[in-house]
Amino acid sequence: MATMPASASDLLKSFKLKTKQQELLIRVSILCLVYILAFITRLFSVLRYESMIHEFDPYFNYRTTLYLTENGFYDFWNWFDYESWYPLGRIVGGTLYPGLMVTAVLIYRILRFLRFAVHIREVCVLTAPFFASNTTLVAYFFGKEIWDSGAGLVAAILIAVCPGYISRSVAGSYDNEGVAIFALLFTFYVFVKAVNTGSLAWSLASAFGYFYMVSAWGGYVFIINLIPLYVLVLLITGRYSMRLYVAYNCMYILGMLLAMQIRFVGFQHVQSGEHMAAMGVFFLMQVFYFLDWVKHMLSDTKLFQAFLRITVTSAVAVGGVALGLGMVSGYISPWTGRFYSLLDPTYAKDHIPIIASVSEHQPTAWSSFMFDFHILLFLFPAGLYFCFKRLSDATIFIVMYGLTSMYFAGVMVRLILVATPAVCLISAIAVSATVKNLTVLLRSKNKVVQTGSTKGSGGSKSSSKALLDQSQPFQKNGAIALLFGAFYLLSRYATHCTWVTSEAYSSPSIVLAARGAHGNRVIFDDYREAYFWLRQNTPQDAKVMSWWDYGYQITAMGNRTVIVDNNTWNNTHIATVGRAMSSYEDEAIEIIRSLDVDYVLVVFGGVTGYSSDDINKFLWMVRIGGGVFPVIKEPDYLVNGEYRVDKGAAPKMLNCLMYKLCYYRFGEMMTEYGKPPGYDRARGVEIGNKDVKLEHLEEAFTTSNWIVRIYRVKPPNNRW
Amino acid sequence: MARTSSSKENAQALFHSLRSAYAATPVNLKIIDLYVGFAAFTALIQVVYMASVGSFPFNSFLSGVLSCVGTAVLAVCLRIQVNKENKEFKDLPPERAFADFVLCNLVLHLVIMNFLG
Repeated sequence: MATMPASASDLLKSFKLKTKQQELLIRVSILCLVYILAFITRLFSVLRYESMIHEFDPYFNYRTTLYLTENGFYDFWNWFDYESWYPLGRIVGGTLYPGLMVTAVLIYRILRFLRFAVHIREVCVLTAPFFASNTTLVAYFFGKEIWDSGAGLVAAILIAVCPGYISRSVAGSYDNEGVAIFALLFTFYVFVKAVNTGSLAWSLASAFGYFYMVSAWGGYVFIINLIPLYVLVLLITGRYSMRLYVAYNCMYILGMLLAMQIRFVGFQHVQSGEHMAAMGVFFLMQVFYFLDWVKHMLSDTKLFQAFLRITVTSAVAVGGVALGLGMVSGYISPWTGRFYSLLDPTYAKDHIPIIASVSEHQPTAWSSFMFDFHILLFLFPAGLYFCFKRLSDATIFIVMYGLTSMYFAGVMVRLILVATPAVCLISAIAVSATVKNLTVLLRSKNKVVQTGSTKGSGGSKSSSKALLDQSQPFQKNGAIALLFGAFYLLSRYATHCTWVTSEAYSSPSIVLAARGAHGNRVIFDDYREAYFWLRQNTPQDAKVMSWWDYGYQITAMGNRTVIVDNNTWNNTHIATVGRAMSSYEDEAIEIIRSLDVDYVLVVFGGVTGYSSDDINKFLWMVRIGGGVFPVIKEPDYLVNGEYRVDKGAAPKMLNCLMYKLCYYRFGEMMTEYGKPPGYDRARGVEIGNKDVKLEHLEEAFTTSNWIVRIYRVKPPNNRW
Repeated sequence: MARTSSSKENAQALFHSLRSAYAATPVNLKIIDLYVGFAAFTALIQVVYMASVGSFPFNSFLSGVLSCVGTAVLAVCLRIQVNKENKEFKDLPPERAFADFVLCNLVLHLVIMNFLG
């Protein structure tokens, strides 16, 4: 018994692992690789441009995170921001979801404690990829809970690269969804674990997961409605059990209490119609438990039936009366517009134009589904089939999550994000089950000789396959071919996802890039140029009026007070700005002076061909303004129902403030070779009114590619 | 008349059989039931008080009522897990059930104290 191995083969043998350890090694290494993959696939824009915050909403989150790092939690929680919504201000502490900011600052403090001298912006930029990696781990455990560890691994891989999730969690997209999807999946996983085990500890963990979700995103309403719906389905299908009682009740009470600590949510859990389903199911569970207990104690079934009838009718009556009273008296508020438009998609377009105008709220096209899901789109029904074959409490949950989230994803583009984890998990079940069956087929050939004639109980896979084997001799080849097909599909999926991430979802939106005439890359950094001009060349207390899209960016980068911003909480204020933009200059200057505005900012894409500019958004300004001030009528700006800016355009269009501000001095500009001066490249026409004169405003700054134009409001003329 | 008397008999028979069955439950479960009853009664008193004087600091009212309801619900969960007749929980040691109960109550009351205002 030498302590050192005598030869090389003995050395190797001492390292040889048993099968269980091999499997563990493979699993851990796959998970590590997936973790790293999920992080690095989201880094395209950091590598191509620089480490900066993208889009619009993240700038507000970044500004609040900065405030939190500088002033501490108490000041942050009680912050009143006077730099936005100019005369009104905004109670920031009570109108935001603090989860994202608190998480980023926590990571920042930990890194600083470990003496890594990072800037808070770097932490903000990389928070979303970090949480995406954590989501893959949660997906693995969730898949293991629902099906088995193979499905968990496939789920982790699928969700690491799925474009539906990447779109909102690239590096730089410092938005609530980056953290919220992690919280969502974590809450669901822990809740399913609690239902499976009936343990109070897991249920407490799900209450904390729910609290994190509530602190992170307004989409928590999905959880508080899906879980009661799930419990209801279990009750209806006769799967009531004590584990369900323990899991749901603990989660509901503790989760509700924890959620009410967030000021933005407040008392909605007991007062809002959107949360009443959870309360109703809570009372229903108490009734179920009571009936179960009485049934257990009574030995006479006839007596119990009578008792059952009385209790059920009285419970339903009391519940119905209470709900009716609550809704009629107005104590229980009805579903708010944002969520009501999910149930009735036409509601927003008719009644709330602000919700209808957001591009993320439009219904989803089929191409978006294919773009974001690729092969998962047909693996999803296959996975549903497998789930229905092996119904348990956990698979019922994932089926419900998948179906409801797919319905909502069809109504609103933004909600593809919520459907992505469900689709990945269900597709993972399909992939894992198929691959498992195929490899079992591959391995079963050897057993034909031994078990050829035994019928057995028909339960053993190998013996039944062995019987089939004799009639279909090419089964093994077929299995190999199918396996190759499956791996080919999965590799195409990976390629597609990387291509989509690189081409479509990695643009910062604040920096634009295009291909020049010689194929070289041209960068348009006009937005930041304009905001920094504002920061350095205007008085500290200057007020800037622009359309609400740019509000967050102006306050975060330009550090100036704005009139309206992306929070869109006050429709009348936004309509006032819309009215000012769509009126003639003389009427508009009255509104501008009444709001104390010093600078007006517009975005114009005519020189570069940039199509998300204010002229293309102008009709929404008209609609929103017209919704509150009937003096603005949309048909005044259209010609035969058509929106035009050339010679044939409506006279009100050619002379309104927005037109003048965008096309000032543009009539002399040569934008394209061979076209007349004043050719608008974004609309593809020559503009109608080239001789724009401004009376009350003067041009202050136009960026190098004419994308952002800033005008100064002139003081009133001296009277004589 | 016959229907009401038979339903009255039914109710009485129901009541008697329930009483006799309940008398047979073990003492530890009866103690938990007593606790649940006490918590529910406290919640009822608070609701009656709110109905008479108004709900002004609504967060205080909610935290009071929800602490009673919450601890009642947690006690019922404890009862489920400790009850020897429940097949699903026969592997769970009662010490673990009680520890979970204490932990959840701790969290509940910490949140309540924050919410009381």
